[in-house]
Amino acid sequence: MMEIGLAHYLAVAAILFSTGVFGIFVNRKNVIIILMSVELILLSVNINFVAFSTHLNDLGGQVFALFVLTVAAAEAAVGLAILVAYFRNRGNIAVSNINLMKG
Amino acid sequence: MDLAVLLPAVAFYVFAGAAILFAFGVVSARNPVRSVLFLIMTFFSAAGLFVLMGAEFLAMILIMVYVGAVAVLFLFVVMMLDIDLVEARQGFADYLPLGGLLAFILTVELIVLGASWHVSAKADGLRQAPISADQDNLRAISEVLYTDYAFFIEAAGLVLLVAMIGAIVLTNFHKKGVKRQSISAQVARKAEDGVELVDVKPGQGL
Repeated sequence: MMEIGLAHYLAVAAILFSTGVFGIFVNRKNVIIILMSVELILLSVNINFVAFSTHLNDLGGQVFALFVLTVAAAEAAVGLAILVAYFRNRGNIAVSNINLMKG
Repeated sequence: MDLAVLLPAVAFYVFAGAAILFAFGVVSARNPVRSVLFLIMTFFSAAGLFVLMGAEFLAMILIMVYVGAVAVLFLFVVMMLDIDLVEARQGFADYLPLGGLLAFILTVELIVLGASWHVSAKADGLRQAPISADQDNLRAISEVLYTDYAFFIEAAGLVLLVAMIGAIVLTNFHKKGVKRQSISAQVARKAEDGVELVDVKPGQGL
């Protein structure tokens, strides 16, 4: 228990990932929380990358985590922009109404 | 017990527990503003975990990029949009059992998978950028980032550029009936279009 190894970090990442999935499931009316849950999922992926990077003594994992960070930032910016445009048109941010363009 | 073993373990459990607790706060807070603040604390805790793993540069980047930019962006949007807090919580209780069950199964599966991880004997030879013990993290990352991964970092810059332009295009909103300066129209204007000579006869008005 006291010797912290790869499995410990993987467990933390697994719990964070599941929390993110759980957040997407339960917050059906609030897109902002869903975007934050996606951020949590990406954070857990980063923890996995860094844990394996340390475990295998390979810097590639940390570099890849850097790119995941970049894509997460871009995703947040575009997602929030879509959200603002959607709110301007509809007046709410409920996900369940975003199927209006369905044929 | 030896302090050199005890201290990292205590730090790990503190940061990991805080990260998990704050992550639960993110998904279950009533007020989205609180969710964003919990998200910031989750990132801080994760940065602590990164420091424990020896990825100091990534920890600092996490705080700067996530807390300094992304979370503040979230905070701006949450406060800008006028969200009905009661309506935004609808369906939470309905989806709670299914979501909780799925999250539990997912957690157990992932932990079982992670705990039984076995690194192949060949993995040592397949390393892309081995970490040497005598280099600090920042120098080691910078040496591979701008040489071996130069094209990747340029691609990352391109992703950010596209995201920036996309966000501007998506949120740019022209109100109708607002007078704006059009430089091309001003430059294209000629004397013949702008000036009209009227021959006024004496004794009469226009």
